[in-house]
Amino acid sequence: MRLTRLQIGLWTAAIAALIIFVATQWTAESEGQVVESFRPNFALADGAGTIRTSDEFRGKFLLVFFGFTNCPDVCPTTLSEVAQVMDDLGPDAGKVQPVFISVDPERDRRLGLDAFTQAFHPSILGLAGDEPATRAAAKSFKIFYEREDDPNAPDGYAMSHSPALYLIGPQGEWLRQFTYGTPAAEILTDLKERL
Amino acid sequence: MRNTLLFASTMALLAPAAFACETWTVGDLSVTHAWSRATIGADRPAVFYVEVTNKGSADDALIGIKTPIASMPMLHETVVTDGVASMPHAMSVGVPAGATTELTPGGFHGMLMGLTAALKEGDSFPVTLTFERAGDITIDVEVVSMRGTGPSCEDGN
Repeated sequence: MRLTRLQIGLWTAAIAALIIFVATQWTAESEGQVVESFRPNFALADGAGTIRTSDEFRGKFLLVFFGFTNCPDVCPTTLSEVAQVMDDLGPDAGKVQPVFISVDPERDRRLGLDAFTQAFHPSILGLAGDEPATRAAAKSFKIFYEREDDPNAPDGYAMSHSPALYLIGPQGEWLRQFTYGTPAAEILTDLKERL
Repeated sequence: MRNTLLFASTMALLAPAAFACETWTVGDLSVTHAWSRATIGADRPAVFYVEVTNKGSADDALIGIKTPIASMPMLHETVVTDGVASMPHAMSVGVPAGATTELTPGGFHGMLMGLTAALKEGDSFPVTLTFERAGDITIDVEVVSMRGTGPSCEDGN
């Protein structure tokens, strides 16, 4: 089959468009940006058992992290960074609410949620809802978590989860994510530009 | 950041016993910067980080850790695949010739399960490392705060 000049032109244009599209998507992903903003939400119990919702924090920036308190490496690392950011924000700290959402709520409630989050920073709000509410929150943040049976882990299981830190704006809009390992100084700089 | 640095270096100078700065040697290996974070109670696993430099010409590997403070110490690796972090058990951690291998946040780490007591900031505890070639060495591990990002003597933290 021979292609006319027009057909060749159209195919070239289509392929070029596809390459540009993929490249833009990839860049957007790697920079932690999305084209479309959305409003993640949650309604989860805090350490005292009171249901806390994303709506009550309108007007503030939210720094949201999903994890579990039995996690020795990833979770303390990120929570330490969040704690450092809160300290370094100084007088602006009141405009930012850090939230730790448990993906292992049953065990975390048993082990004690507040003692864990408070040990990093008194401003961090720990939430551990029931299973459906936790699923719903994760879905609205578009994050993944899963229980993995592992005979080498405490109680025979560990949780795998998205380790990024999510920034939500004062109107509840998703702003960006900080990939795992983003230094506190970088998070602080980003926040200060927005406050 | 500068404050943190200043604080860290001041603390390092003031620390009565800077265990983490101590270096132990076994065969061609030198082991330093051994640290852990404080825990709340004994029900959650503690972590263990360390740095091993292999000055020899033969590759070695860390194949096990033991400590009297935990009934189930293990080597794990934090792996982030497609944006999801999991923590598989590591059978061994390679210590290649002429290189420094770090057990560090977000990578390989020791997971100390079944703690006999909570770890408190300022404590230290022994860990015995078993290397495939070099054999066993027992070192002291410094416990820093839960917010710690490195041993108290380490520059840049």
